[in-house]
Amino acid sequence: MTDYSIGGTVMANDQSKAIKEIVEECCSDRSNLMDIAQKVQNRFGYISEESMGHIARALGIPLVEVRDMVSFYTFFSREPTGKSVVRLCNAVVERLHGADLVADTFEKEVGVPFGSTSTDGSISLEYTSCIGMSDQPPSALINGIPVTKICPEDVPGIVKELKGGSKYSPEKAATVLPATLVENNLNKTGPVVFSPQEPGSGIRAALNMSPEDVINTITESRLRGRGGAGFPTGMKWNFCRKSEGKEHYVICNADEGEPGTFKDRVILTEAADLAFEGMTIAGYAIGASQGFMYLRGEFKYLLSSLEQVLNRRRHLGLLGKNIAGRQGFDFDIRIQVGAGAYVCGEESALIESLEGKRGAPRDRPPFPVTRGYMNQPSSVNNVETFCCAARIMEKGAEWFSKIGTKDSTGTKCLSVSGDCAHPGVYEVEYGITIDDLLDLVGAKDTQAVQVGGPSGRCVAPKDFGRSISFEDLPTGGSIIVFSKERDLLEIVRQFTEFFVEESCGWCAPCRVGTTLLLQKLEKILEGRGSKLDLQEIESLGNTVEKMSRCGLGQTAANPILTTLRNFHSLYTAKAKTDEFIPPFDYEKALAVGIQIAGREPVVEEEE
Amino acid sequence: MMKEQKITIIIDGKEIKAASGQSIMQAADEAGIYIPRLCYHKDLIPAGHCRVCTVKVNGKPTNACSMPAADGMVIENETPELTEERRNIIEMLFVEGNHFCPFCEKSGDCELQALAYRFGMLTPTYTYQYKHVEVDATHPDVYIDRERCVLCGRCVRASRDLDGKSVFGFVGRGINKRIAVNSQGDRLSDTELAAADKAASICPTGCIVIKRIGYAKPFGTRLYDKQPIGSDIQKAP
Repeated sequence: MTDYSIGGTVMANDQSKAIKEIVEECCSDRSNLMDIAQKVQNRFGYISEESMGHIARALGIPLVEVRDMVSFYTFFSREPTGKSVVRLCNAVVERLHGADLVADTFEKEVGVPFGSTSTDGSISLEYTSCIGMSDQPPSALINGIPVTKICPEDVPGIVKELKGGSKYSPEKAATVLPATLVENNLNKTGPVVFSPQEPGSGIRAALNMSPEDVINTITESRLRGRGGAGFPTGMKWNFCRKSEGKEHYVICNADEGEPGTFKDRVILTEAADLAFEGMTIAGYAIGASQGFMYLRGEFKYLLSSLEQVLNRRRHLGLLGKNIAGRQGFDFDIRIQVGAGAYVCGEESALIESLEGKRGAPRDRPPFPVTRGYMNQPSSVNNVETFCCAARIMEKGAEWFSKIGTKDSTGTKCLSVSGDCAHPGVYEVEYGITIDDLLDLVGAKDTQAVQVGGPSGRCVAPKDFGRSISFEDLPTGGSIIVFSKERDLLEIVRQFTEFFVEESCGWCAPCRVGTTLLLQKLEKILEGRGSKLDLQEIESLGNTVEKMSRCGLGQTAANPILTTLRNFHSLYTAKAKTDEFIPPFDYEKALAVGIQIAGREPVVEEEE
Repeated sequence: MMKEQKITIIIDGKEIKAASGQSIMQAADEAGIYIPRLCYHKDLIPAGHCRVCTVKVNGKPTNACSMPAADGMVIENETPELTEERRNIIEMLFVEGNHFCPFCEKSGDCELQALAYRFGMLTPTYTYQYKHVEVDATHPDVYIDRERCVLCGRCVRASRDLDGKSVFGFVGRGINKRIAVNSQGDRLSDTELAAADKAASICPTGCIVIKRIGYAKPFGTRLYDKQPIGSDIQKAP
């Protein structure tokens, strides 16, 4: 209902004016809708229907488009929230390390369950998917500030601080050094990513060559995309360079959302210069003057330090006009912060999000290299890939291609978490076996290793001789170790739940299929499964894998399918009977009908 | 003038010609081969929501509606495997919503129902979801029954691209995604929708329905009552 009272009108006018100003601050550009929404939320605490109406009018776009975008991202709220928002991470590793107990304590201290706001409006409790802190669990984002290794005993202090103090004020996040908030846990450095580099040395080497030769050098190094899919980087840059367009764009995918991965967090804390150097080299190679870094919303606390690095590089003449003294080579980088959507790590969804829309993947072709950001040729590469490119320019293709294996050259930064003595980031040569990795990280009595996060595969001890490489076990970097004490199927359940949460809903097989998979799995885990259910869950998993539109749906059944294959006895122990067991309780289902009819059904006695 | 048809593709062993820029779906339609589809509509930009048109191109599952035909493609379409997978998707849509054909006024003209018959679906084998979603009957001439929505997005695309109105859009994500309308408070009566709009009559199911004409044509005489969906495209072998 519209409030016609004078006070209400004045407030509505104020709101309209403030939002108009925010939109103008963002250049009245529809593609900046993510930033506009973020600012409106910061100003008013949430994004109401009225606010969305004001945004739509100021941008001259339909309200339904604003609502479409805002409703997609978990960090945007369309309902009033508390003054402070606690987003407790409920990813698998966090729960293995006591996140549930921390959650209970928060609920007790704040007095409301997760998913709601305290009665005095001071604190909202929310769950969130992996925030990239699996090496220091349990963790939470408190007003966007990461807080790690939370013990139940810490919770009363946190709540007290939120009710009266300023320790977790959002302004604080912009001023605190990331290293003081979060441990790096960089446990093994390597020659490619975590080695010192003089800023500009890679760029100068590149500028000594033609853009084509830069691409040839990358191709000769046999560098492949570090996000996990392993597409040859030289080929991608070449396609992009050769595609015609008014503009070309370089996009850095810093949206590592795979549960259990956090290597980009450490790269962007320790070696941001190298990533930006690689982006600038890509700009020269493909003929782009604009680059974007899409930073996942969970890592917003890194934004101000990254901006400082960009400014320093501008000051050094490594960004901006006539870079490193080369007349006519102009390139700069803008950082776009995401708002909580795993699917945006998929490159076409990331581009949609960068354009200020819901992060729904696109159908391909056309591929981003021909029609990407704003329908112009765009190269989307992983943070680590850009670091490799910068190092290859400095040290040469031959040097790089001698590291690793034939089909997987260079090193890989692995994020190791779970049951091991030293969780953290390890830069290792490609080709390392699971066995050697487990030794390195101090893991004992290992039941299984999840390679590549939930979308990857669950590897059994019989396969621990296999190697991390594109030709054997490819991964974007997430390695989660499970000891023999862990309930593997419960972990599979949580992984499946994650995909239900993160499915974008665009296509039917993923949108409906992920929910059906979870329900079927729960039926089996609750001991109500039959052998038929095992067949059905496998068949359903295959349908979701085969028929879904993007990588999310195509891998969403992996936790179930790979454990059905590698740990089959865990399932058969739960589902022993051949008899059909209905998915619901007959008596419960009939109860309402019986009550309405006022009589019991007549049951025929079996002979 | 006929478009130059330079490309040759093979669908289920049959060689057909395609023009450059044509999708697999368009080329197949012209050649009289029916590739089942739900969210696709010839007047709209393909969006790839339903995946019913998934074919295998050189062994790889791909949606035919947006994939350009390329010379030498070997395509599987009507195979037992794909028919089963397509039926699985239709079953998913049946359990996601509440599609009670016997008293739906779209019965016989409904593409979801017609596809279910074509694929030999008897009853869904998946578990019903019983989602609670609202009916919006505020508009004088059109109503939305979201229980019958399959999120094909035809209304979204038609209103935006054909009617120039953007009356419809999506809201939410995942299993909670649904159709919303362009008005503060999400009421259809507060939008610019007119019954004559393309968007008002492009829904493949009984979700967006024009009022008062539902039973003008009796059951038994409707589009898919006499022949299966796709018969208009499919040439006799």
